[in-house]
Amino acid sequence: MVSLQRSAADRAVDGAQPLLRLESITKRFGSIEANRDISLSLLAGEIHAIVGENGAGKTTLINILFGIYQADSGMILVEGKPTAISSPHKAIELGIALVSQHFLLVERHTVAENLALALPSLRAGFARARISKRIATLNQDYGIALDLDARVMDLSPGQKQRVEIAKALLRHSRLIVLDEPTSVLTPQEARELFQILGRLREKGCAILFISHKLEEVLASSDRISILRKGRLIETVHRKHANKINLSRAMIGAAVICPTKPETAVRPEMRLMVEKMVLAEGAAPFSFEIASGEILGIAGVAGNGQSELAETLSGLRNSGKARITLDGRPLQGCGSREFHLRGVAHIPEDRNRMGIVPSMSVQENFLLRWINSSMFRAGPFLRLRRLRRAVEKAILAYSIVTPSVRTRTSLLSGGNIQKLILARELSEKPHLVIAVHPTYGLDVQAISQVHRCLLDQAAAGAAILLISEDLDELMLLSDRIAVLFNKQMIAQINRADAQMEQLGLWMAGHVGEVRTER
Amino acid sequence: MFIRIEKAPEPTPVKVIGVFILALTAALLVAGGLFSVYGLNPLQNLGIVWQRTFGNSHGWSEIVRHATPLMVVGLGMLAGGRAQFWNLGAEGQMLVAAITASGIALFVDLPAPLVLPVMFLLGGLAAGLWALIPCLLKAKLGISEIITGLMMNYVAANLVDWLIQGPWRGAATMGYSYTDTFPKYAWLPLIPSTRVHWPTTVCGIALAITLHFLLFHTRLGFNIRVLGENPIAGRYVGLRAVRIFFWVGVLAGGMAGVAGVGEVAGVHHKLLAPQQITLGYGFASVIVALLARGEPLYVLGSSLLLGMILASSDVITVVLHLPAAVTNIFTGLILYFVVSADFFLHYRVRFERRYRRELETANC
Repeated sequence: MVSLQRSAADRAVDGAQPLLRLESITKRFGSIEANRDISLSLLAGEIHAIVGENGAGKTTLINILFGIYQADSGMILVEGKPTAISSPHKAIELGIALVSQHFLLVERHTVAENLALALPSLRAGFARARISKRIATLNQDYGIALDLDARVMDLSPGQKQRVEIAKALLRHSRLIVLDEPTSVLTPQEARELFQILGRLREKGCAILFISHKLEEVLASSDRISILRKGRLIETVHRKHANKINLSRAMIGAAVICPTKPETAVRPEMRLMVEKMVLAEGAAPFSFEIASGEILGIAGVAGNGQSELAETLSGLRNSGKARITLDGRPLQGCGSREFHLRGVAHIPEDRNRMGIVPSMSVQENFLLRWINSSMFRAGPFLRLRRLRRAVEKAILAYSIVTPSVRTRTSLLSGGNIQKLILARELSEKPHLVIAVHPTYGLDVQAISQVHRCLLDQAAAGAAILLISEDLDELMLLSDRIAVLFNKQMIAQINRADAQMEQLGLWMAGHVGEVRTER
Repeated sequence: MFIRIEKAPEPTPVKVIGVFILALTAALLVAGGLFSVYGLNPLQNLGIVWQRTFGNSHGWSEIVRHATPLMVVGLGMLAGGRAQFWNLGAEGQMLVAAITASGIALFVDLPAPLVLPVMFLLGGLAAGLWALIPCLLKAKLGISEIITGLMMNYVAANLVDWLIQGPWRGAATMGYSYTDTFPKYAWLPLIPSTRVHWPTTVCGIALAITLHFLLFHTRLGFNIRVLGENPIAGRYVGLRAVRIFFWVGVLAGGMAGVAGVGEVAGVHHKLLAPQQITLGYGFASVIVALLARGEPLYVLGSSLLLGMILASSDVITVVLHLPAAVTNIFTGLILYFVVSADFFLHYRVRFERRYRRELETANC
């Protein structure tokens, strides 16, 4: 992916002047040091990646670069001259552009109108005419093809990203900063993105991107800076980096990534779903999950994942579908019945759907069991029993919390997720529906969550794992299915699955549909 | 100059008392200014108000007289508030209970010792049913309970007006309308020489303890709190919202009803003009509930505070002979400062020269 020509990074060793240099940048929020004494150079014509766990300070750093925050101490030098980047406006003037994770485009306007906003002089009217010439050169030079008349809200995430990059180029940006650019892209779109970035690099642009995906960082960047707990650990050349030393630098210790063993899957079918329809007009599909098996569901967000998860946990009407768990039908029941039959649901948005943030850890544990008689004596709550169970769960799942009475919103994302897991999995569930269970978690927490799911599978549960992270699916699943447009368009054994093919299916290319068992 | 408001850490008891003293001092300063505008010596007259409200037993009895209905309605308001059901129909519920109780006292033949308990029971029930209308409309159809509650206040008030001028009209005196006085066995006992109908007060304290237990030690209470604090999570664990709202409506309405019965059976001993029965308690109890911050036991304190404010404003009208409008300004000022104090206890205001987007946690 990255050309092996002598890159800017190689030239850096010879002492070329950096385009932008951060020196001893420190930023505090209250008592927390988000960035501590960070010094970093960015060279023209290089792709520089910043990696680190959640909370390491990556987003804070680029916010300082873009003028959204001001550092408490330290200096920024642009082409050798100390400069204060006091606001995003100033940053844009200096030639710095930011492509954030959640695009800052006006959804209802056309591409041309959004691009016109980027032009230095905002004259009234006829945006399209002014833009089209400039856009033609963009396509020629960088391979960015845009439909100027399309409304932004109709574009795919990959296309929206290209609009953002075009905006940066229209402003003649010399440094383009991207925050987790591939989190919403299919593998193909990610590849196309890095092709564009490569061309930008050749033309002398500096590119800085944040990512937590070590593979793509190793494949696409020239130099990699690792942040941990607010400090810069080191900046390495791609040549000297590999997954092991990068993750060790990221968390300070080696991390074991558990993978699903190829154990003999017990043949009994835990879950059988027949003729499921997720939306009006979608084709019905069927699938099964055996006891001890993990079925991974791949797909770009919005293609039916929420509907599937909600239907299988009893929150959504299953219509004409037939759902059979342990040989007994489950369709048409409410979520209470699903709970009683042993269905555990780890929802996709833990703060909004999984917990009541203002309630204590103890009370949030009770949330799922409120209807069972475990912690109840008639209408009264058995709080002492509840506290004992929660204390056990905290030990078993290594949940970090000052006490069981702590407000759950004060816990970190990883610990909230572990609390939800502890609660849902505490009574040996038969079916576990996990939706993006590791979203926003750091490497340690991800490893713990994966371990958790694998343990449940080993104990005989059937697991439906819905995730946008193909790496995670490849690690954990026995079989992988792809959702596109509210339909399941493929099912395949993990051994036969390839990222390329999965990416095509995720984008809806139904060419080679295989359904295997 | 940009203003930013952020949540402050939980205040210490010292801070709470300190801020309230500051707020009351500020309120009194402004009230003193009000007196001077009327040509009255501020210090002297504030002294009179203070003396007559806190300096003698009659003053304190008036504080408790006001605090009683405030406490009971406030508890109901708090119960509703925890499910995000804002029971602004409390005044109407008080009236409906008063109507029911009056009807039983005046027209139903029951053995004397049963009358008061039946009045409270059926009055509370009627008020609960009255509250169920806005409550279930909100639960099933998402209709704003604030609008429906307020509208139903008018319906209840007009019902009372019709009854006291029409079918239930008693011996009219000087152009006012009200029913006949209740028979003696339908009178609540009072603390001698006061207007404190102490059974309602005792009831209120018992209700506070019961509500606390209900909210924090029973399944229903837990469900109510989940519904109020994160209904989405509630849906995900299968809470049946309509059923829970049913009980919320009954609780909120029932408690307002108990207060309504207490007023007609304890203070007035007849059904009279609606504004005279409710005396704004239905709305003052919103402040009582808010100041209690969701904990029923704190309602005992906040209802006393509001009782003090109302009692002192009565003194201004009666003793200082200031017009009712001025009294309302005085009351309004003090309430304004008290509520602001509550705001400043729990939030911080920061002024900044430039626009900044500062995070509150380090999730960067």
